[in-house]
Amino acid sequence: MTDQATTPPKRTGEWPLFEVFIRGQHGLSHRHVGSLHAPDAEMAIKNARDVYTRRNEGVSIWVVEAEAIHASAPGDKEALYDPSNDKVYRHPTFFDVPDEVGHM
Amino acid sequence: MYAQMIQSTGKGVKTLDEMDPQERAFQERINAGGKIEPKDWMPDGYRKNLIRQIGQHAHSEVVGQLPEGNWITRAPTLERKAILLAKVQDEAGHGLYLYCAAETLGITRDEMYEALHEGRMKYSSIFNYPTLTWADMGAVGWLVDGAAIMNQVPLQRTSYGPYARAMVRICKEESFHQRQGFDIMMKMVNGTAAQKKMAQDALNRMWFPSLMMFGPSDEDSVHSVQSMAWKIKMNGNDELRQKFVDQTVPQAEYLGLTIPDETIKWNEEKGGYDFAQPDWTEFFDVLRGNGPCNQERLQTRKSAWEDGAWVREGMLAHAAKKRATRLAAE
Repeated sequence: MTDQATTPPKRTGEWPLFEVFIRGQHGLSHRHVGSLHAPDAEMAIKNARDVYTRRNEGVSIWVVEAEAIHASAPGDKEALYDPSNDKVYRHPTFFDVPDEVGHM
Repeated sequence: MYAQMIQSTGKGVKTLDEMDPQERAFQERINAGGKIEPKDWMPDGYRKNLIRQIGQHAHSEVVGQLPEGNWITRAPTLERKAILLAKVQDEAGHGLYLYCAAETLGITRDEMYEALHEGRMKYSSIFNYPTLTWADMGAVGWLVDGAAIMNQVPLQRTSYGPYARAMVRICKEESFHQRQGFDIMMKMVNGTAAQKKMAQDALNRMWFPSLMMFGPSDEDSVHSVQSMAWKIKMNGNDELRQKFVDQTVPQAEYLGLTIPDETIKWNEEKGGYDFAQPDWTEFFDVLRGNGPCNQERLQTRKSAWEDGAWVREGMLAHAAKKRATRLAAE
């Protein structure tokens, strides 16, 4: 995925960058698989089909212009994710279930 | 390899104690097997080296289509033609994955193309050799893709996230390439005497250029030590070359072909084959642009880029027109 902060402005004439998301056959969500350049979304989907689904990888394609994606900043990692580390009770293994109760 | 002779920009490897806190945290993350992602802080040398390495790798995939593209219209059967076409299409895809990975480091696609066309960026020396007969399609798949796989499999664990992910996709597709090459060789050696001779001739011409793909010995290279510390190079050149020879000799025996090196001999002590080094003078000469096909390959790339300019511009103009029409309708 392109990082807007470090990518210099595209010189004129270069096709915009699209991020490609593919949904596989087994009902999972669309997943980011890579990127490509295309003049517009329609061509981006056509090209994504050629590049990213040559071996039955998917049944549905999303393309999103890379510029339209907002991402969390790497510097925010601690502020965003640390608070969940001390909440171990969010995981089922925190609780002991007596053997005689059986599977829960 | 597909990225040969990448000179690092650093001056030897710093110890953790010599690094400032930011660089130290970066190196410790790599040491712990963590991934570096595009927005993360990274030393300038790491960024520059990766751009060169991934860029050269991408150029190799794309220029690598040319020697094989040469035979698409002359494949012996419709099935072979379809297979070769699929293989060459894969190489275009591999180039694209890698260009995208390099772009996350802050270089544009057009800048990379320009650097290639102006000779500031290189591609693998192997693609400057001609493909003279159909058996060369077998030898290229078997040896060249085989050598590439040796290098690419460990690169799936490289420290830069986008590069590692591109390598995962590439490796998934690459083993079909090597097998189709070996399949062509099997067909040729079981054919007429003339066909078997053709297969032997292809091996004779491709063997040493394939060994060159791994690059000269880098045992004492500071560049290599730095790249290994950054985990953008995972194995030494000699180590991978040895592995390639050990894997390939029995395959050649199976085919009933003779590797054009009389010194090849199993060495029980090291558990591998002894073999002759390629002519490194030739290697450097090819890198400098004096191989049999350097000019032709580069000219083909330049022409494709220049002749396609009107298509790129036209499609952009069409997209702008469609967008304007849509906006007017809203």
